[in-house]
Amino acid sequence: MLWYKYIKPFRKQAIIGFIFKMTEAFFELMVPLVVAQIIDYGIGQNDKQYIWKMGILLFALTFIGYGCALVCQYFASYTSQSFGTLMRNDMYKVINRYDYEDIDRIGTPSLITRLTNDVVQLQLAVAMAIRLVSRSPFLIIGSLIMAFRINMQMAIIFVITAPLLALCIYFVVAKSMPMYLKIQKQLDKVSLVCRENLTGIRVIRAFSRQKEEKRRFQNMTETQKDMQIKVGKLSALLNPMTNMIVNIAIIVILYVGGIRINGGTLTQGEVVALINYMNQILLSMFVFANVIIIFNKASASYKRIEEVLDISPRIIKEDNKDYQDVFLSFDTVSFAYQGNVALQNVSFEVNKNETIGIIGGTGSGKSTLVNLIPRFYDSEGQIYIKGQTIQSYDLKELRNMIGIVPQKAVLFKGTLRDNMQWGKQNASDEEIWQALDLAQASAFVKKLENGLDTMVTQDGKNLSGGQRQRLTIARALVKKPEILILDDSASALDFATDAALRKSLKTIQSTIFIVSQRVSSIMHADKIIVLSHGEIVGVGTHQYLLEHCDIYQEIAHSQLAKEETV
Amino acid sequence: MNLQVLKRLLRFCKPYLKYLYLALLFSAFHIIFTLLTPILIGRTVDLLIGVHQVNFDLLKLNIVYIFISVFLASLFQWLLMRMSNQLTYCITRDLRNCLFQQYLSLHLSFVDNSSHGDLMSRMINDIDLIGDGLLQGFTNLFSGIMTIIGTIGFMMYISVSIASVVIVLTPLSLVVASIIASKTYKYFQEQLALRGELGGYVEEMIGHQKIVKAFAHEDENIKRFDEINQRVHVSGVKSQFLGALVNPSTRVVNNIVYASVCIFGALQVVSGHFSVGALSSFLTYANQYTKPFNEISNVFTELQTAIACASRVFDLLDEDIIQEVDQPQIIKSPQGNIDIEHIYFSYQKDQKLIENFSLKVKSGETVAIVGPTGCGKTTFINLLMRFYDPQKGNICIDGINTKNMTRDYLRSLYGMVLQDTWLFHGTIKENIAYGKKDATDEDIIKAAKNAHAHKFIIQLKDGYDTVVSEDGGNLSQGQKQLLCIARIMLVKPPMLILDEATSSIDTRTEKQIQEAFDLMMKGRTTFIVAHRLSTIQKADKIIVMDQGHIIEQGNHQELLQKQGFYHHLYYSQFDLN
Repeated sequence: MLWYKYIKPFRKQAIIGFIFKMTEAFFELMVPLVVAQIIDYGIGQNDKQYIWKMGILLFALTFIGYGCALVCQYFASYTSQSFGTLMRNDMYKVINRYDYEDIDRIGTPSLITRLTNDVVQLQLAVAMAIRLVSRSPFLIIGSLIMAFRINMQMAIIFVITAPLLALCIYFVVAKSMPMYLKIQKQLDKVSLVCRENLTGIRVIRAFSRQKEEKRRFQNMTETQKDMQIKVGKLSALLNPMTNMIVNIAIIVILYVGGIRINGGTLTQGEVVALINYMNQILLSMFVFANVIIIFNKASASYKRIEEVLDISPRIIKEDNKDYQDVFLSFDTVSFAYQGNVALQNVSFEVNKNETIGIIGGTGSGKSTLVNLIPRFYDSEGQIYIKGQTIQSYDLKELRNMIGIVPQKAVLFKGTLRDNMQWGKQNASDEEIWQALDLAQASAFVKKLENGLDTMVTQDGKNLSGGQRQRLTIARALVKKPEILILDDSASALDFATDAALRKSLKTIQSTIFIVSQRVSSIMHADKIIVLSHGEIVGVGTHQYLLEHCDIYQEIAHSQLAKEETV
Repeated sequence: MNLQVLKRLLRFCKPYLKYLYLALLFSAFHIIFTLLTPILIGRTVDLLIGVHQVNFDLLKLNIVYIFISVFLASLFQWLLMRMSNQLTYCITRDLRNCLFQQYLSLHLSFVDNSSHGDLMSRMINDIDLIGDGLLQGFTNLFSGIMTIIGTIGFMMYISVSIASVVIVLTPLSLVVASIIASKTYKYFQEQLALRGELGGYVEEMIGHQKIVKAFAHEDENIKRFDEINQRVHVSGVKSQFLGALVNPSTRVVNNIVYASVCIFGALQVVSGHFSVGALSSFLTYANQYTKPFNEISNVFTELQTAIACASRVFDLLDEDIIQEVDQPQIIKSPQGNIDIEHIYFSYQKDQKLIENFSLKVKSGETVAIVGPTGCGKTTFINLLMRFYDPQKGNICIDGINTKNMTRDYLRSLYGMVLQDTWLFHGTIKENIAYGKKDATDEDIIKAAKNAHAHKFIIQLKDGYDTVVSEDGGNLSQGQKQLLCIARIMLVKPPMLILDEATSSIDTRTEKQIQEAFDLMMKGRTTFIVAHRLSTIQKADKIIVMDQGHIIEQGNHQELLQKQGFYHHLYYSQFDLN
């Protein structure tokens, strides 16, 4: 149980909060009793002093109750916040250990909502549990007991009314909850149409379809309005219905009370107290209904958080004594991604400081292949680096050997220097400039007013696509990796820069993998691997492949003018 | 609180004034009967004096009164809620429709410069919050005020002296509420800001978790997260505690009122000015006295939020919308002769992009637009389609200035296939027929065949009735583009704007797209954003763009001879040694 696990460290605070809440509720229950005393003894015997005495007792109860409430609220806040903080910390740690596959499956936006909104929901539920869960049933039961203490037979009215109220509230809440969910779904549809209209604004205007889009949208909002009014009708019943029930119960108390008073088995003050307790039950029921709604919401969040915490990383270090002689090799590697075969029986060997080009259509498995090298995913078959299987490396050690430039040029909020130091902590400015030079980025960085101290905004939006891409390349070069992977990372560069970059990469001591869809980017590699539907259909140099590999030929001819292919 | 915004918001009530008046009326009745009930109960309690002293006839009569009063109170409450529901949901629907209409008529420059997330959030979240605020306002504000006035009135009616005790204590509850509210507000703001920071950090780091892993940067990130999380904790405890004070604090005020009424009431009864029943009704009032104050203060916070949201929505509604010319012209039989005369255009005043650009295109010619990615090809398309208008200069089609046509008509002359394809949530058939509502199934299939899309469509499980998920997630990039081509094939416009694929499409599909393009271009004036050498070489005219500027124009040979940017671009691709 997650609840227990994360409340446990703060159980003392939780229990203190709980106890103080109970005390407060207890004092609250005393109030109608004291009032009854004032009416029956004070007024009944014209005892002003008694009235004053009891009146002061009322004040005392009020202030003690308030004190208790403050203590309880503090501990409730402390417990629930600590609960949430601890949970977030754990979740973040677990997420950090996720495999690529887990992140892809759950999806980033969902992980973020789970880490933020869902935890807040649980926090709220914890606070409510301490503050209200104890209070409401306690007040309801307490009121019932008090009713019994006053008069057994009169209490039967309570025994009938309380479940009736509960049933009534349950009926409305249970009926309306699914309807609210449906409305939420309808709102999603409204927002879908709105988003489609924003992203497709050019096409919609190009086809002059505004009127139809408007009608489509209006249908959505109309349906939503109808649903809202329908559920509104239902929930509008709740207050009037419960009001009626409680007041009819009060009528019964008055009538039966009249008979009993007439017979001398009940007093006027006691009738007033019973009426008070009846009202108390109604109020508590409402609070309780709210708690149920909050817990309902929280239980969905709970499931989503549990799922996050339950995933344990599959990629861990293993001892493996296999040994191979080349620098890097794939030995019958196959990989299926979410049930779809992405790579099949891939084997090849790479020597130190060779440049390898990987080419193929979309979905041919190019990116997958290079993603296996740093063990972002685990595959069948073996991959060896410097003779050892990659499973036998410490993950951090393995990944420190490899520099990756991903497809999407991502930079982080912070200075340029901070970003460059991702590759190597404490990298000196000199090292950074060297890398920037190699990545063809030094010219534009020099032009920036603050140089390496330039702030990069989130996602690097203050830089152009090409600039970002060159910076991510520099970032990978800062750590002077033994293996450099360029995963289709020159797509935003113009041809001239692309060519200059390839020239400068020839000067570094690294084994380089270049994934690309452009023949021109890889045609000068030492070895070109041609992939199609997850299988290798050709390995060799540009010339060799032009003569021996049909698919490569097809690609080359479609991209290069005749004279360039030769 | 901004009254002007509130007034404008209330103007949306106009079509539903009937509901508003009824809501006010029902609310008044509801309050009257709700407040009457304790008095009736009090009177009944007074009948229960002691042994053999109960008047049962009167008791029964009173009970009937109580029942009627309770029933009416409940009935009117139900009606009130029905009315405010109706009112609120109709208004939010109207607001959404109105805003959507605005989105459809805004200048593209505005939409391009706004974040879509922000526009979405105004449409969805803001209007939702306005709805919440209105609902609260309609149900609780008026009835809250009525309850306070009514309660004081009824209390005065029963006993002026005890009522004055309550009235004297009233400011106390107001003071307590306002102190807490102002304190809480500050801490809540801080809490929101911190949560935003945490969310932002998480979004950045989990969003790019792959890079974090690639650089083995996890431990540093966890440290940083811990630090932010700790700050959230400290401020969270404070703000939650303060927020949680509201309930007990108002309750303590309530209890003070209650105890005071009890003492003074009881003393009055002893001195004979007052009955026990009256005291009991008084106590009921006192018990609920602070409730409307709480509710009203809630209403004010929610209304404040609603008004802030409303002003964000109104800001959008106040944006300029597109105006069309009074007497638009049309072309009798469009040929596709295009005359671009001395055009000046820039997105921002201080950054000039296109200056004094002229171009003549004859019917059936092909114009290739080339340049590195991000060179500004969309700018050119924006001007042709009048998504944007040039600051100076004219574009004429077959001798007619496009400024004198309606935008819808002008756009119907062009067929456009862009690389970032757009499909909507609907069937494939609906998506193809997007430009021609009355197309028959045969037309659609014919267009699909011409676009080389028929084959893959019939391989899908539901064929032409396959539902395309949001933004075509269930289709490949190439398939999406084929569908967009089929869409144009169906309309057969006299002019085309095409965008060749760069990298995201596999070779075979690319070939099919190319063939479809060639088929379409036959006999039509075409602007094509070109990435392939063969296209460029075949083009009648080439426009070379870089960083948003049009820097050269001419045909392949002319441009090569110029030895300029085009020359450099053309050779750099193969210059390795």
